[in-house]
Amino acid sequence: MKPIIEIRHIHKTYASGGAQVHALRDVSLAIEPGEFIAIMGASGSGKSTLMNTLGCLDRPTRGEYLLDGMDVAQLSADQRADIRNRKIGFVFQGFNLLARTSAIENVELPLLYTGAPAEETVRRSRESLRLVGLAGREHHHPNQLSGGQQQRVAIARALVNHPTLLLADEPTGNLDTRTSIEIMNLFQELNRERGITIVLVTHETDIAEYAKRMVVMRDGRIVRDQPIERRRDATAELAALPPLEPVEDAA
Amino acid sequence: MRLIPIIKIALRALARNKARSILTALGIIIGVSSVIAMVSLGQGAQQQVQAQIASMGTNMLIVTSGSQRVGGMRGGVGTSTTLIPEDIAAIEREAPAVAATSPGVNAAVPLVFGNQNWTTRAEGVSEAYPAIRNWTIASGAFFTAADVRTAARVVVIGKTVADQVFAGTDPVGQTLRVRNLPFRVIGVLAPKGQSQFGQDQDDTLMMPYTTAMKKLLSITHITSAYISATSADATFEAQSQVEALLRQRHNIRPGMEDDFSIRNLTDIADTAAQTTAVMTLLLGSIAGVSLIVGGIGIMNIMLVSVTERTREIGIRMAVGARAAHVRMQFLIESIVLGVAGGVAGIVAGIGLSLLLSRVFGWPQAVSLMSVLVAVAFSIAVGAFFGYYPARKAASLDPIEALRYE
Repeated sequence: MKPIIEIRHIHKTYASGGAQVHALRDVSLAIEPGEFIAIMGASGSGKSTLMNTLGCLDRPTRGEYLLDGMDVAQLSADQRADIRNRKIGFVFQGFNLLARTSAIENVELPLLYTGAPAEETVRRSRESLRLVGLAGREHHHPNQLSGGQQQRVAIARALVNHPTLLLADEPTGNLDTRTSIEIMNLFQELNRERGITIVLVTHETDIAEYAKRMVVMRDGRIVRDQPIERRRDATAELAALPPLEPVEDAA
Repeated sequence: MRLIPIIKIALRALARNKARSILTALGIIIGVSSVIAMVSLGQGAQQQVQAQIASMGTNMLIVTSGSQRVGGMRGGVGTSTTLIPEDIAAIEREAPAVAATSPGVNAAVPLVFGNQNWTTRAEGVSEAYPAIRNWTIASGAFFTAADVRTAARVVVIGKTVADQVFAGTDPVGQTLRVRNLPFRVIGVLAPKGQSQFGQDQDDTLMMPYTTAMKKLLSITHITSAYISATSADATFEAQSQVEALLRQRHNIRPGMEDDFSIRNLTDIADTAAQTTAVMTLLLGSIAGVSLIVGGIGIMNIMLVSVTERTREIGIRMAVGARAAHVRMQFLIESIVLGVAGGVAGIVAGIGLSLLLSRVFGWPQAVSLMSVLVAVAFSIAVGAFFGYYPARKAASLDPIEALRYE
């Protein structure tokens, strides 16, 4: 199968306090459609730089980046903005939702920059919220939602433009264990049932084990790239957990 | 780039910070409302001055006889006896820029009616005089050309005279003694009030100039003449035609002084209008300064807002906003603040000028022009002072912005 992401011999250097920092050194990676890949590494290993590069937030100093067969390594800022808008969905550790803005308005955000018609914007945003299990909470504001629900809104926002790639940067970093498993369950479902390609950046091995493949980075290089042998199944784990007392909604 | 979603985004952002948005717009509201109020009060004053001047007469020239030189002694204005009614008739006949004329003689006269007496100014004029000086008749009629020809003993009196002499009774048809000569009162003038110089214009009495010359003063010359030009633009042309004609008729050789003088009311009106226009401009520009201060307020708040919303900008860029989208969003936010402040300022300004004119009795005239200028200016202020913060927002690096705490 033709990879949807192919980076070849990527280098990234930047000046920091007078010194040259080599954040990425000759990194090559191919990701095929429908993969669920975890990028691991300690802080300073270059995993964030790699994610920013994959997410077209940043440009590599050297090397090629083919996204959907198109070389996006040297695109202008505006062109990268358009790629992020149409091909990439971001999920962050801190949710990064707009405060005092309803869930549906947060989800609509990418579509506003796509220029989709108003009715289609609303329809697709509702659909996306339903997909992450938040139907009926369209008009809740972030401060009326739990952390897990906020992250689901962020996932709905990332999915609303039907991206080629879902990039998740420490998506469970701010969540408790149970909610983390719930979010990983959502990722596994999206990957399994909808064939969405997911790149998950994390420093926690037990979170990485929900993916199908693990890439470990150290000092700006990929030091290990292997399939996950004993993959965790979030659905089964949730079923095994003792049932919780229904928690009062923050709303 | 489609504008409507960006406008929607900007409006949502403003709505999220209602109190701040309103306070920011307040600067513009104060600026615009003070511009509108100052300019409309200034223009009200200007219109009042113009109306007062118009009440003195339309497109009018006043000719007065000049000084007479008797053996080296020069008398005062009006001592010359060279201006005669025939001069005025010739002006009316021969000067094309002249529409109407009236000779004038005047004198202070004692009046007696029954047991009442009063002293007023008697003006000997022609039947054309009311039209030249914008007098209207309240009751009765003005005298006619036939009255002038026959030097009829008829008078038309001003409101003050009517009140003083005829208190209570209808003056029309009564016989009034002027310097002990009986005159029939045939009309009462509608009141005009004070002149621009504080004189009571209604304390007057008018009779045919022929009557005044022959029966009252026994003179053959006149002391003044009132001339109206065919239009406001023609007053200066009429002035030079009258001057040339009078010099010719009085045999004044080139280089010699006129034995008359001509005053042009348009001149006076222009000066007065200019004075109030300068005042309006001055008040308006002082108010304009507060509009600029309001604009700086917008810039200040927008800069704070950009810093405070760095993460929001990062999120927008991550999901696909181009630099131009972000710039446009912040620019629209500041323009909306400017326009909203402008519209509210117009309402407040009109209210303020109505209130001031009600409380202090000042005239006011809200002009469409000042409203349009204020709106245009508040949009411009919003755009101008919003541009720098908007550019700053658009130039943020998305990675840095997302990391911003």
